[in-house]
Amino acid sequence: MNSRGLLRLFTALYLGLFFAYLFLPLVFMVAAAFNASRFPTMLPWEGFTLQWFWGFDSRGRPTGLFQDARMAAALWNSILIGAGVILLSVPLGLAGALLLSSLQSRLKGLLYAVLVSPILTPGVILGISTLIFWQRAFEVGGGLFLAVVGQSTFIASYCMLLFMARLERFDRTLEEAALDLGASHLQMVRRILVPFLRPAILSAALIAFLQSFENYNTTLFVIGAEDTLTINIATRVRLGLTPAVNAIGVLFIAATVLAAIGWAVLRRRENAARLERPAAGPGERLIRRSRNRLTAGGAAD
Amino acid sequence: MSELFRRFGRLGGGLVLATALLWALLLIVLPQLWMVDLSFRPNLPVAARGGPEDGWTLANYAALWANPLHRTIFWQTIWSSLLVTLLALVVCYPVAFHLAQEAKGTQALLLATALVIPFWVNEILRTFSWFLILARNGLVNRLLLALGLIEEPLALGGVGAVMIGMVYAYVLFMIFPLYNALESLDRNQIEAARDLGASTWRIHWRVVIPHAKPGIAVGCVMTFMLAAGTFAVPQIMQSLPGGTNARWFTQIIYSYFFDGGDWNRGSAYAFALLLLCIFFIMAMMRLFRVGLRDIAK
Repeated sequence: MNSRGLLRLFTALYLGLFFAYLFLPLVFMVAAAFNASRFPTMLPWEGFTLQWFWGFDSRGRPTGLFQDARMAAALWNSILIGAGVILLSVPLGLAGALLLSSLQSRLKGLLYAVLVSPILTPGVILGISTLIFWQRAFEVGGGLFLAVVGQSTFIASYCMLLFMARLERFDRTLEEAALDLGASHLQMVRRILVPFLRPAILSAALIAFLQSFENYNTTLFVIGAEDTLTINIATRVRLGLTPAVNAIGVLFIAATVLAAIGWAVLRRRENAARLERPAAGPGERLIRRSRNRLTAGGAAD
Repeated sequence: MSELFRRFGRLGGGLVLATALLWALLLIVLPQLWMVDLSFRPNLPVAARGGPEDGWTLANYAALWANPLHRTIFWQTIWSSLLVTLLALVVCYPVAFHLAQEAKGTQALLLATALVIPFWVNEILRTFSWFLILARNGLVNRLLLALGLIEEPLALGGVGAVMIGMVYAYVLFMIFPLYNALESLDRNQIEAARDLGASTWRIHWRVVIPHAKPGIAVGCVMTFMLAAGTFAVPQIMQSLPGGTNARWFTQIIYSYFFDGGDWNRGSAYAFALLLLCIFFIMAMMRLFRVGLRDIAK
């Protein structure tokens, strides 16, 4: 018992260290964003200030993040690219998942390998191959469009895995029953498949946006002369180092916390939907009922 | 294939098939083939492309082999990435085990949420936070100065700093796969082993780790791939004093594309990096006896 108690103490200590390791750097970064020092550092503390968000230095020059027009342009580009990635990756991932779920042969294994391979490929290589292909084959150079394409290459794979996980729990007989009962293919998709997949579609869109928003390694090669938020941050870190970078960090962390909460809520809802199956949609309920009636009728005969 | 059309009709099935194939071809297969093709050709001016000189050659790969600096950086990238992977595994295993097997209820939920938050803060900012700690005016130097242990700020840059940044940036790509694998381990197995008199070490070695194999494989593959293929971390950490010699292979590739303008050479280097990652994945799959399906989850 004594040795187990010791082990428990050890575990607690280790966990404390680990989470300190995880969070303290971020805490320092956030603290430096509110320090009046000209350099991004927490020590020495020169007083609380908001000037790295909005303010002017002694000569009246703007110092704040929100006064920076390039920053705003970069943020806007990131949002545009993120939206484009959602619009491209979610349908691609869904098509991939649906196709794979309808295949059984060895073809399935091969196609699966091809479609998940981008996840296991370094981001810089995805960026390079996208740039080469579009530049040489279609004469499309780096820019927002290519950023969407390059990022979607692997983000679509993540979406596909999300859809596949959801489809694994899907009762395929519902689909068959709908078709047998005379529903058209479109009706079946709209009233059975889409309601069932909705939580996965939402999480896929959210993950796609977040992945796109924070992507650097792929984007760097396909962005051309444009700027995104992450590219902008990296440039700032390398060149003019002011605590405005930390201010971005603060906003990023705040947004991340919100997104993480949103994601947790979505996941919980998805799990709840798994536990009580009938919540999956009106079409599914209808079919369940009629199928039950059919089997009941059959038994009576 | 016929099942696809039976499920979604001719039009719907065709649409699904066409979309998935377009993704596979236009976004994945063709770009990679194009890159490989380019890597086996000489760098020619636009006018000479497709001409008699534009044949396949190994010159770009030979150049990598012949350049001692690039070769050194290549090996250094591999070696450091392996070390980062191993460190991440050692650091994460106890946390993942505790989270999956010992933590209960609210505590588990809180810990998991606490992990998710830094996971989504982007790579640049995560690295930047360590940059600030190791910088000339950073926390470490300030602390050592204040304690009177040093007189002058230390130059803390170098390969070590890059690796610290990487372990920090990628630790969570190790912990989640480990956690997923360990979560499915039946606690009774651990209890049974303990009741039968196995020591804690033995339980981990004979029961927990074998069960966690797919998770270990996935975590290692992800971490290694991210570490070997990163551009962001070394780029930022190099700005530290004394950090200029910590070059990463991806940076050579980048300079061939955007400073030197030799895309062919850059492609060859990129393909070499890709081959390395594929080799690592295969080795992990072999070593841990897992399939691609376990890896990409």
